Amino acid sequence: MDLIRIKDVKKQYKNGVTAICDLNLAIKKGDFAFIIGGSGSGKSTLIKMLYREEKPTCGEIIVGGVNVAKLRNKKVYKIRRKLGIVFQDYRLLPKLNVYENVAFALEVLGAKKDEIRVKVLKAIELVGLKAKVHNYPDQLSGGEQQRVAIARAIVNEPKLLICDEPTGNLDPERSMEIVKILDDINQTCGTTIIMATHDRDIVNKMKKRVLVLKDGRLVKDYEKGTYRNEDI
Amino acid sequence: MKIFRMLGRSIRDAFKSVFRNFSLSLASISCITITLIIVAVSMVASYNVEHFSKVIQRDVTMVVFLDNDTTEEEIEELTKKITDLDNVEKCDFKSKEQSKNEMMQENDTFNGIMGTWSEEDNPLKDSFLIKVKDIEQIKKTAETIRSYEKVAVVNYGEEMVNNLISTFKFVEKVAVIAVVALVVVTVFLIINTIKLTIFSRKREISIMRLVGASNFTIKTPFIIEGMVLGFIGAIIPTLIVIYGYTLLFDHFNGVLYTSLIQLVNPEPFVYFVSLAVVIIGMIVGMIGSASAVRKYLKV
Repeated sequence: MDLIRIKDVKKQYKNGVTAICDLNLAIKKGDFAFIIGGSGSGKSTLIKMLYREEKPTCGEIIVGGVNVAKLRNKKVYKIRRKLGIVFQDYRLLPKLNVYENVAFALEVLGAKKDEIRVKVLKAIELVGLKAKVHNYPDQLSGGEQQRVAIARAIVNEPKLLICDEPTGNLDPERSMEIVKILDDINQTCGTTIIMATHDRDIVNKMKKRVLVLKDGRLVKDYEKGTYRNEDI
Repeated sequence: MKIFRMLGRSIRDAFKSVFRNFSLSLASISCITITLIIVAVSMVASYNVEHFSKVIQRDVTMVVFLDNDTTEEEIEELTKKITDLDNVEKCDFKSKEQSKNEMMQENDTFNGIMGTWSEEDNPLKDSFLIKVKDIEQIKKTAETIRSYEKVAVVNYGEEMVNNLISTFKFVEKVAVIAVVALVVVTVFLIINTIKLTIFSRKREISIMRLVGASNFTIKTPFIIEGMVLGFIGAIIPTLIVIYGYTLLFDHFNGVLYTSLIQLVNPEPFVYFVSLAVVIIGMIVGMIGSASAVRKYLKV
Protein backbone atom coordinates (compact mmCIF):
# COMPACT_ATOMS: atom_id res chain seq x y z
CA MET A 1 0.00 0.00 0.00
CA ASP A 2 1.33 3.44 -0.93
CA LEU A 3 1.98 5.79 1.95
CA ILE A 4 3.03 8.59 -0.39
CA ARG A 5 1.67 9.26 -3.85
CA ILE A 6 2.94 12.20 -5.86
CA LYS A 7 1.15 12.96 -9.09
CA ASP A 8 2.12 15.54 -11.73
CA VAL A 9 3.69 17.84 -9.20
CA LYS A 10 5.29 21.08 -10.26
CA LYS A 11 6.81 23.68 -8.00
CA GLN A 12 7.68 27.09 -9.28
CA TYR A 13 8.87 29.72 -6.81
CA LYS A 14 7.71 33.32 -6.98
CA ASN A 15 11.06 34.39 -8.44
CA GLY A 16 10.33 32.17 -11.45
CA VAL A 17 12.69 29.32 -10.58
CA THR A 18 11.16 25.90 -11.26
CA ALA A 19 12.37 23.56 -8.51
CA ILE A 20 10.26 20.50 -9.32
CA CYS A 21 8.80 19.52 -12.68
CA ASP A 22 6.31 16.77 -13.64
CA LEU A 23 7.09 14.64 -10.64
CA ASN A 24 5.30 11.31 -10.28
CA LEU A 25 6.26 9.00 -7.48
CA ALA A 26 4.88 6.40 -5.10
CA ILE A 27 6.44 5.18 -1.88
CA LYS A 28 5.10 2.14 -0.07
CA LYS A 29 4.43 1.81 3.62
CA GLY A 30 7.58 0.57 5.36
CA ASP A 31 9.93 1.65 2.53
CA PHE A 32 13.36 3.19 3.08
CA ALA A 33 14.21 5.55 0.22
CA PHE A 34 17.15 7.84 -0.41
CA ILE A 35 16.67 10.98 -2.44
CA ILE A 36 19.90 11.98 -4.09
CA GLY A 37 20.89 14.69 -6.52
CA GLY A 38 23.20 17.63 -6.92
CA SER A 39 22.69 21.09 -5.49
CA GLY A 40 19.57 22.69 -6.95
CA SER A 41 18.17 19.34 -8.07
CA GLY A 42 15.00 19.86 -6.00
CA LYS A 43 15.68 17.46 -3.10
CA SER A 44 14.95 19.98 -0.38
CA THR A 45 11.90 21.33 -2.18
CA LEU A 46 10.47 17.82 -2.46
CA ILE A 47 11.16 17.14 1.21
CA LYS A 48 9.56 20.48 2.21
CA MET A 49 6.49 19.71 0.13
CA LEU A 50 6.11 16.36 1.89
CA TYR A 51 5.77 18.03 5.28
CA ARG A 52 3.85 20.91 3.76
CA GLU A 53 6.37 23.63 4.41
CA GLU A 54 6.01 24.40 0.72
CA LYS A 55 2.92 24.00 -1.43
CA PRO A 56 3.23 22.63 -4.96
CA THR A 57 2.20 24.98 -7.76
CA CYS A 58 0.13 22.15 -9.20
CA GLY A 59 -0.37 18.42 -8.76
CA GLU A 60 -1.24 16.11 -5.90
CA ILE A 61 0.82 14.98 -2.94
CA ILE A 62 -0.99 12.35 -0.93
CA VAL A 63 0.64 11.50 2.39
CA GLY A 64 -1.17 8.90 4.48
CA GLY A 65 -4.38 9.48 2.53
CA VAL A 66 -4.29 13.28 2.89
CA ASN A 67 -3.65 15.59 -0.05
CA VAL A 68 -1.15 17.91 1.61
CA ALA A 69 -1.12 20.14 -1.47
CA LYS A 70 -4.65 21.21 -0.66
CA LEU A 71 -4.20 21.43 3.09
CA ARG A 72 -4.96 24.88 4.47
CA ASN A 73 -2.33 26.51 6.66
CA LYS A 74 -4.55 26.15 9.71
CA LYS A 75 -4.78 22.40 9.25
CA VAL A 76 -1.11 21.70 8.55
CA TYR A 77 -0.53 20.55 12.13
CA LYS A 78 -2.76 17.54 11.51
CA ILE A 79 -0.39 16.08 8.92
CA ARG A 80 2.68 17.04 10.94
CA ARG A 81 1.47 14.87 13.81
CA LYS A 82 1.71 11.85 11.55
CA LEU A 83 5.29 12.70 10.52
CA GLY A 84 8.71 12.84 12.09
CA ILE A 85 11.20 15.31 10.64
CA VAL A 86 14.96 15.35 11.09
CA PHE A 87 17.23 18.16 9.83
CA GLN A 88 20.91 18.58 9.18
CA ASP A 89 21.18 21.23 11.93
CA TYR A 90 19.37 19.10 14.58
CA ARG A 91 17.11 21.97 15.70
CA LEU A 92 17.23 21.20 19.40
CA LEU A 93 16.29 23.64 22.13
CA PRO A 94 19.54 24.57 23.88
CA LYS A 95 17.94 25.26 27.27
CA LEU A 96 16.30 21.83 27.49
CA ASN A 97 18.11 18.59 28.27
CA VAL A 98 17.84 15.42 26.19
CA TYR A 99 14.74 14.17 27.97
CA GLU A 100 13.03 17.57 27.82
CA ASN A 101 13.87 18.06 24.14
CA VAL A 102 12.26 14.75 23.24
CA ALA A 103 9.34 15.26 25.64
CA PHE A 104 8.69 18.70 24.10
CA ALA A 105 7.21 17.04 21.01
CA LEU A 106 4.59 15.29 23.12
CA GLU A 107 4.02 18.11 25.60
CA VAL A 108 2.90 20.51 22.90
CA LEU A 109 0.39 17.93 21.77
CA GLY A 110 -1.06 17.78 25.27
CA ALA A 111 -0.02 14.22 26.13
CA LYS A 112 -0.25 12.94 29.72
CA LYS A 113 2.87 13.04 31.89
CA ASP A 114 3.01 9.27 32.39
CA GLU A 115 2.53 8.63 28.70
CA ILE A 116 5.26 11.16 27.88
CA ARG A 117 7.68 9.50 30.28
CA VAL A 118 7.18 6.02 28.87
CA LYS A 119 7.38 7.09 25.23
CA VAL A 120 10.34 9.46 25.69
CA LEU A 121 12.46 6.89 27.53
CA LYS A 122 11.63 4.31 24.87
CA ALA A 123 12.67 6.67 22.06
CA ILE A 124 15.86 7.69 23.85
CA GLU A 125 16.74 4.05 24.40
CA LEU A 126 16.12 3.29 20.76
CA VAL A 127 18.71 5.89 19.70
CA GLY A 128 21.16 4.68 22.37
CA LEU A 129 21.25 7.78 24.55
CA LYS A 130 19.89 6.37 27.79
CA ALA A 131 23.06 7.37 29.66
CA LYS A 132 22.79 11.00 28.58
CA VAL A 133 19.17 11.73 29.40
CA HIS A 134 20.07 14.71 31.58
CA ASN A 135 22.71 16.23 29.32
CA TYR A 136 22.13 19.48 27.47
CA PRO A 137 22.73 19.79 23.71
CA ASP A 138 26.02 21.66 24.19
CA GLN A 139 27.31 18.70 26.21
CA LEU A 140 26.70 16.31 23.32
CA SER A 141 28.62 15.53 20.12
CA GLY A 142 27.07 16.25 16.72
CA GLY A 143 26.13 12.61 16.26
CA GLU A 144 24.51 12.48 19.70
CA GLN A 145 22.56 15.67 19.02
CA GLN A 146 21.27 14.17 15.80
CA ARG A 147 20.22 11.08 17.73
CA VAL A 148 18.23 13.30 20.09
CA ALA A 149 16.59 14.89 17.06
CA ILE A 150 15.72 11.42 15.75
CA ALA A 151 14.31 10.41 19.14
CA ARG A 152 12.16 13.55 19.10
CA ALA A 153 10.99 12.76 15.57
CA ILE A 154 9.95 9.19 16.39
CA VAL A 155 8.59 9.71 19.90
CA ASN A 156 5.11 10.26 18.54
CA GLU A 157 5.37 6.97 16.63
CA PRO A 158 4.95 8.51 13.17
CA LYS A 159 4.16 6.52 10.06
CA LEU A 160 6.71 8.49 8.06
CA LEU A 161 10.13 9.83 8.99
CA ILE A 162 11.47 12.56 6.71
CA CYS A 163 15.20 13.25 6.97
CA ASP A 164 16.73 16.25 5.22
CA GLU A 165 20.47 15.50 4.97
CA PRO A 166 20.69 14.30 8.59
CA THR A 167 24.35 13.31 8.22
CA GLY A 168 25.44 16.51 6.49
CA ASN A 169 27.32 17.79 9.54
CA LEU A 170 28.77 14.49 10.70
CA ASP A 171 31.94 12.50 10.03
CA PRO A 172 31.57 9.21 8.12
CA GLU A 173 31.59 7.04 11.23
CA ARG A 174 28.89 9.07 13.02
CA SER A 175 26.94 9.29 9.76
CA MET A 176 26.86 5.53 9.48
CA GLU A 177 25.70 5.24 13.09
CA ILE A 178 22.81 7.60 12.38
CA VAL A 179 21.75 5.71 9.26
CA LYS A 180 21.92 2.42 11.14
CA ILE A 181 19.62 3.86 13.78
CA LEU A 182 17.22 4.95 11.04
CA ASP A 183 17.43 1.50 9.46
CA ASP A 184 16.72 -0.05 12.84
CA ILE A 185 13.64 2.15 13.26
CA ASN A 186 12.53 1.19 9.76
CA GLN A 187 12.95 -2.54 10.53
CA THR A 188 11.57 -2.68 14.05
CA CYS A 189 8.81 -0.07 13.95
CA GLY A 190 7.91 -0.33 10.28
CA THR A 191 8.30 3.42 9.91
CA THR A 192 8.62 4.60 6.31
CA ILE A 193 11.82 6.62 5.91
CA ILE A 194 12.69 9.14 3.23
CA MET A 195 16.18 10.57 3.42
CA ALA A 196 17.70 13.25 1.25
CA THR A 197 21.47 12.90 1.21
CA HIS A 198 24.74 13.67 -0.53
CA ASP A 199 26.55 10.85 1.20
CA ARG A 200 27.76 8.35 -1.36
CA ASP A 201 29.08 5.77 1.19
CA ILE A 202 25.81 5.56 3.03
CA VAL A 203 23.76 5.07 -0.10
CA ASN A 204 26.14 2.44 -1.39
CA LYS A 205 26.33 0.50 1.85
CA MET A 206 22.62 0.50 2.65
CA LYS A 207 21.40 -0.80 -0.71
CA LYS A 208 17.98 0.78 -0.38
CA ARG A 209 15.65 2.39 -2.88
CA VAL A 210 17.34 5.37 -4.55
CA LEU A 211 15.47 8.22 -6.20
CA VAL A 212 17.66 10.45 -8.33
CA LEU A 213 16.57 14.04 -8.95
CA LYS A 214 18.10 16.24 -11.59
CA ASP A 215 16.93 19.73 -12.47
CA GLY A 216 13.69 19.11 -10.61
CA ARG A 217 12.85 15.89 -12.43
CA LEU A 218 12.97 12.30 -11.22
CA VAL A 219 15.52 10.82 -13.58
CA LYS A 220 16.17 7.43 -11.97
CA ASP A 221 14.39 5.20 -9.49
CA TYR A 222 16.46 2.17 -8.39
CA GLU A 223 14.93 -0.52 -6.21
CA LYS A 224 18.21 -1.41 -4.46
CA GLY A 225 20.43 1.23 -5.89
CA THR A 226 23.80 2.84 -5.41
CA TYR A 227 25.14 6.34 -5.79
CA ARG A 228 26.20 6.70 -9.42
CA ASN A 229 28.01 9.81 -10.49
CA GLU A 230 26.73 9.61 -14.03
CA ASP A 231 23.12 9.97 -12.82
CA ILE A 232 23.79 13.28 -11.05
CA MET B 1 -8.53 17.11 30.40
CA LYS B 2 -6.25 17.64 27.44
CA ILE B 3 -7.34 21.26 27.14
CA PHE B 4 -6.51 21.82 30.83
CA ARG B 5 -3.07 20.26 30.40
CA MET B 6 -2.43 22.51 27.40
CA LEU B 7 -3.73 25.54 29.27
CA GLY B 8 -1.56 24.68 32.29
CA ARG B 9 1.44 24.42 30.01
CA SER B 10 0.60 27.75 28.36
CA ILE B 11 0.30 29.49 31.73
CA ARG B 12 3.62 27.98 32.91
CA ASP B 13 5.31 29.08 29.67
CA ALA B 14 3.81 32.55 29.94
CA PHE B 15 5.16 33.07 33.47
CA LYS B 16 8.57 31.69 32.45
CA SER B 17 8.67 34.06 29.51
CA VAL B 18 7.77 37.09 31.64
CA PHE B 19 10.72 36.42 33.91
CA ARG B 20 13.08 35.39 31.09
CA ASN B 21 12.67 38.81 29.42
CA PHE B 22 12.24 40.59 32.70
CA SER B 23 13.69 44.00 31.81
CA LEU B 24 11.30 44.24 28.88
CA SER B 25 8.40 42.88 30.88
CA LEU B 26 9.15 45.42 33.59
CA ALA B 27 8.61 48.29 31.14
CA SER B 28 5.19 46.93 30.20
CA ILE B 29 4.30 46.13 33.79
CA SER B 30 5.26 49.65 34.93
CA CYS B 31 3.14 51.20 32.22
CA ILE B 32 0.19 48.97 33.07
CA THR B 33 0.67 49.83 36.76
CA ILE B 34 0.59 53.58 36.09
CA THR B 35 -2.43 53.22 33.80
CA LEU B 36 -4.29 51.10 36.29
CA ILE B 37 -3.51 53.46 39.18
CA ILE B 38 -5.13 56.25 37.18
CA VAL B 39 -8.00 53.98 36.20
CA ALA B 40 -8.47 53.00 39.84
CA VAL B 41 -8.34 56.61 41.07
CA SER B 42 -10.81 57.63 38.36
CA MET B 43 -13.13 54.81 39.29
CA VAL B 44 -12.95 55.64 42.99
CA ALA B 45 -13.52 59.33 42.19
CA SER B 46 -16.42 58.74 39.84
CA TYR B 47 -18.14 56.33 42.23
CA ASN B 48 -17.76 58.91 44.95
CA VAL B 49 -19.01 61.69 42.70
CA GLU B 50 -22.04 59.60 41.93
CA HIS B 51 -22.50 59.03 45.61
CA PHE B 52 -22.17 62.79 46.41
CA SER B 53 -24.59 63.58 43.63
CA LYS B 54 -27.16 61.27 45.14
CA VAL B 55 -26.69 62.83 48.56
CA ILE B 56 -26.92 66.32 47.08
CA GLN B 57 -29.93 65.31 45.07
CA ARG B 58 -31.54 64.13 48.25
CA ASP B 59 -30.74 67.40 49.99
CA VAL B 60 -31.23 70.03 47.33
CA THR B 61 -34.67 71.57 47.60
CA MET B 62 -36.05 74.02 45.13
CA VAL B 63 -38.12 76.74 46.75
CA VAL B 64 -40.82 78.37 44.65
CA PHE B 65 -42.27 81.59 46.11
CA LEU B 66 -45.67 82.68 44.90
CA ASP B 67 -47.11 86.14 44.36
CA ASN B 68 -49.00 87.55 47.35
CA ASP B 69 -52.28 87.70 45.50
CA THR B 70 -52.35 84.02 44.55
CA THR B 71 -55.73 82.44 45.26
CA GLU B 72 -56.29 78.99 46.66
CA GLU B 73 -57.59 77.72 43.31
CA GLU B 74 -54.45 78.97 41.62
CA ILE B 75 -52.30 77.26 44.27
CA GLU B 76 -54.13 74.01 43.63
CA GLU B 77 -53.69 74.38 39.90
CA LEU B 78 -49.97 75.15 40.31
CA THR B 79 -49.51 72.16 42.63
CA LYS B 80 -50.94 69.91 39.96
CA LYS B 81 -48.83 71.46 37.19
CA ILE B 82 -45.61 71.15 39.17
CA THR B 83 -46.31 67.60 40.36
CA ASP B 84 -46.94 66.58 36.78
CA LEU B 85 -43.46 67.65 35.68
CA ASP B 86 -41.18 64.69 34.84
CA ASN B 87 -38.27 65.75 36.98
CA VAL B 88 -40.32 66.53 40.08
CA GLU B 89 -40.23 63.87 42.74
CA LYS B 90 -42.08 65.65 45.51
CA CYS B 91 -43.86 68.96 45.82
CA ASP B 92 -44.99 70.28 49.22
CA PHE B 93 -46.92 73.46 49.75
CA LYS B 94 -45.90 75.74 52.60
CA SER B 95 -48.17 78.63 53.43
CA LYS B 96 -46.77 81.98 54.52
CA GLU B 97 -48.27 81.30 57.94
CA GLN B 98 -46.30 78.08 58.27
CA SER B 99 -43.12 79.87 57.18
CA LYS B 100 -43.72 82.56 59.77
CA ASN B 101 -44.22 80.00 62.53
CA GLU B 102 -41.07 78.09 61.55
CA MET B 103 -38.98 81.26 61.54
CA MET B 104 -40.36 82.33 64.87
CA GLN B 105 -39.30 79.03 66.38
CA GLU B 106 -35.81 79.35 64.98
CA ASN B 107 -34.91 82.70 66.41
CA ASP B 108 -35.99 84.86 69.36
CA THR B 109 -35.62 88.14 67.44
CA PHE B 110 -37.85 86.80 64.67
CA ASN B 111 -40.21 85.63 67.34
CA GLY B 112 -40.46 89.13 68.73
CA ILE B 113 -41.03 90.84 65.43
CA MET B 114 -43.19 88.27 63.69
CA GLY B 115 -45.36 87.70 66.71
CA THR B 116 -46.98 91.07 66.07
CA TRP B 117 -47.89 90.23 62.47
CA SER B 118 -51.48 89.36 61.73
CA GLU B 119 -52.39 87.14 58.75
CA GLU B 120 -52.94 90.19 56.56
CA ASP B 121 -49.71 91.92 57.62
CA ASN B 122 -47.54 88.87 56.98
CA PRO B 123 -45.17 89.97 54.19
CA LEU B 124 -43.83 86.45 53.64
CA LYS B 125 -44.91 84.51 50.56
CA ASP B 126 -46.62 81.18 50.11
CA SER B 127 -44.18 78.67 48.71
CA PHE B 128 -43.64 75.20 47.28
CA LEU B 129 -40.75 73.00 48.44
CA ILE B 130 -39.76 70.78 45.54
CA LYS B 131 -37.43 67.76 45.37
CA VAL B 132 -36.15 66.86 41.92
CA LYS B 133 -35.29 63.43 40.51
CA ASP B 134 -32.24 64.39 38.41
CA ILE B 135 -30.10 67.21 39.70
CA GLU B 136 -28.56 67.83 36.27
CA GLN B 137 -32.02 68.78 34.99
CA ILE B 138 -32.77 71.12 37.89
CA LYS B 139 -32.06 74.28 35.89
CA LYS B 140 -34.52 73.31 33.17
CA THR B 141 -37.17 72.40 35.70
CA ALA B 142 -36.63 75.72 37.53
CA GLU B 143 -37.03 77.64 34.29
CA THR B 144 -40.27 75.82 33.47
CA ILE B 145 -41.69 76.59 36.90
CA ARG B 146 -40.49 80.20 36.68
CA SER B 147 -42.55 80.63 33.53
CA TYR B 148 -45.78 79.75 35.31
CA GLU B 149 -48.13 82.56 36.29
CA LYS B 150 -48.14 83.67 39.91
CA VAL B 151 -44.63 82.34 40.45
CA ALA B 152 -42.53 85.13 41.94
CA VAL B 153 -39.13 83.58 42.65
CA VAL B 154 -37.54 80.17 42.11
CA ASN B 155 -34.53 79.43 44.26
CA TYR B 156 -32.36 76.32 44.43
CA GLY B 157 -28.79 77.42 45.25
CA GLU B 158 -28.23 77.64 41.51
CA GLU B 159 -24.59 78.62 41.59
CA MET B 160 -23.46 75.98 44.06
CA VAL B 161 -25.25 73.20 42.25
CA ASN B 162 -24.01 74.35 38.83
CA ASN B 163 -20.42 74.62 40.06
CA LEU B 164 -20.54 71.23 41.62
CA ILE B 165 -21.96 69.61 38.51
CA SER B 166 -19.50 71.27 36.14
CA THR B 167 -16.54 70.37 38.38
CA PHE B 168 -17.61 66.74 38.50
CA LYS B 169 -18.08 66.68 34.75
CA PHE B 170 -14.65 68.23 34.13
CA VAL B 171 -12.91 65.77 36.45
CA GLU B 172 -14.69 62.90 34.74
CA LYS B 173 -13.66 64.11 31.25
CA VAL B 174 -10.00 64.59 32.21
CA ALA B 175 -9.90 61.15 33.79
CA VAL B 176 -11.44 59.50 30.73
CA ILE B 177 -8.96 61.20 28.35
CA ALA B 178 -5.97 60.30 30.55
CA VAL B 179 -7.09 56.69 30.86
CA VAL B 180 -7.69 56.28 27.12
CA ALA B 181 -4.28 57.79 26.27
CA LEU B 182 -2.50 55.59 28.79
CA VAL B 183 -4.33 52.47 27.66
CA VAL B 184 -3.19 53.12 24.09
CA VAL B 185 0.45 53.60 25.19
CA THR B 186 0.25 50.46 27.31
CA VAL B 187 -1.16 48.39 24.48
CA PHE B 188 1.73 49.50 22.25
CA LEU B 189 4.28 48.61 24.91
CA ILE B 190 2.73 45.19 25.34
CA ILE B 191 2.75 44.64 21.58
CA ASN B 192 6.47 45.41 21.62
CA THR B 193 7.17 43.09 24.54
CA ILE B 194 5.30 40.21 23.00
CA LYS B 195 6.91 40.90 19.61
CA LEU B 196 10.36 40.49 21.13
CA THR B 197 9.24 37.37 23.00
CA ILE B 198 8.02 35.93 19.72
CA PHE B 199 11.36 36.71 18.06
CA SER B 200 13.37 35.29 20.95
CA ARG B 201 11.33 32.08 20.81
CA LYS B 202 11.41 31.70 17.05
CA ARG B 203 13.32 28.42 17.21
CA GLU B 204 10.92 26.99 19.75
CA ILE B 205 7.95 28.07 17.64
CA SER B 206 9.41 26.49 14.50
CA ILE B 207 9.95 23.19 16.37
CA MET B 208 6.43 23.36 17.74
CA ARG B 209 5.17 23.69 14.19
CA LEU B 210 7.27 20.78 13.00
CA VAL B 211 6.02 18.41 15.68
CA GLY B 212 2.41 19.31 14.89
CA ALA B 213 1.40 21.80 17.56
CA SER B 214 -1.85 23.50 16.56
CA ASN B 215 -2.06 27.25 16.06
CA PHE B 216 -4.02 27.46 19.28
CA THR B 217 -1.19 25.74 21.20
CA ILE B 218 1.44 27.98 19.66
CA LYS B 219 -0.42 31.25 20.13
CA THR B 220 -2.03 30.74 23.53
CA PRO B 221 1.15 31.14 25.66
CA PHE B 222 1.77 34.57 24.11
CA ILE B 223 -1.80 35.71 24.70
CA ILE B 224 -1.58 34.48 28.28
CA GLU B 225 1.76 36.25 28.67
CA GLY B 226 0.01 39.54 27.89
CA MET B 227 -2.63 38.71 30.46
CA VAL B 228 0.06 37.83 33.02
CA LEU B 229 1.72 41.20 32.39
CA GLY B 230 -1.66 42.86 32.96
CA PHE B 231 -2.23 40.83 36.10
CA ILE B 232 1.18 41.66 37.59
CA GLY B 233 0.69 45.30 36.64
CA ALA B 234 -2.59 45.30 38.56
CA ILE B 235 -1.06 44.23 41.87
CA ILE B 236 0.15 47.67 43.04
CA PRO B 237 -3.01 49.54 41.91
CA THR B 238 -5.11 46.94 43.74
CA LEU B 239 -3.13 47.43 46.95
CA ILE B 240 -3.44 51.19 46.56
CA VAL B 241 -7.20 50.90 46.16
CA ILE B 242 -7.67 48.54 49.10
CA TYR B 243 -5.31 50.11 51.63
CA GLY B 244 -5.10 53.66 50.27
CA TYR B 245 -8.83 54.23 50.06
CA THR B 246 -9.50 52.63 53.42
CA LEU B 247 -6.86 54.89 55.03
CA LEU B 248 -8.29 57.94 53.25
CA PHE B 249 -11.79 57.07 54.40
CA ASP B 250 -10.65 56.59 58.00
CA HIS B 251 -8.57 59.78 57.92
CA PHE B 252 -11.52 61.94 56.84
CA ASN B 253 -14.02 59.99 58.90
CA GLY B 254 -16.02 59.25 55.79
CA VAL B 255 -16.76 62.87 54.81
CA LEU B 256 -14.88 65.33 52.62
CA TYR B 257 -14.85 68.93 53.96
CA THR B 258 -18.60 69.07 54.53
CA SER B 259 -21.10 66.51 55.66
CA LEU B 260 -22.76 66.98 52.27
CA ILE B 261 -19.86 65.18 50.57
CA GLN B 262 -19.91 61.70 52.04
CA LEU B 263 -17.38 59.11 50.87
CA VAL B 264 -18.48 55.65 49.80
CA ASN B 265 -17.94 53.04 52.49
CA PRO B 266 -14.72 51.08 51.70
CA GLU B 267 -16.28 47.65 52.06
CA PRO B 268 -17.20 46.03 49.73
CA PHE B 269 -16.54 48.99 47.40
CA VAL B 270 -12.72 48.57 47.29
CA TYR B 271 -13.03 44.89 46.40
CA PHE B 272 -15.28 45.62 43.44
CA VAL B 273 -12.90 48.33 42.20
CA SER B 274 -9.90 46.01 42.68
CA LEU B 275 -11.59 43.24 40.75
CA ALA B 276 -12.42 45.68 37.96
CA VAL B 277 -8.80 46.93 37.92
CA VAL B 278 -7.43 43.37 37.64
CA ILE B 279 -9.89 42.52 34.87
CA ILE B 280 -9.09 45.75 32.96
CA GLY B 281 -5.34 45.02 33.32
CA MET B 282 -5.73 41.52 31.96
CA ILE B 283 -7.96 42.65 29.11
CA VAL B 284 -5.52 45.41 28.10
CA GLY B 285 -2.69 42.84 28.25
CA MET B 286 -4.69 40.42 26.18
CA ILE B 287 -5.53 43.03 23.53
CA GLY B 288 -1.83 43.96 23.24
CA SER B 289 -0.60 40.40 23.02
CA ALA B 290 -3.37 39.32 20.65
CA SER B 291 -2.50 42.08 18.20
CA ALA B 292 1.23 41.25 18.46
CA VAL B 293 0.48 37.58 17.79
CA ARG B 294 -1.73 38.47 14.84
CA LYS B 295 0.93 40.74 13.41
CA TYR B 296 4.17 38.90 14.11
CA LEU B 297 3.35 35.23 14.60
CA LYS B 298 2.63 33.73 11.24
CA VAL B 299 1.68 30.09 11.57
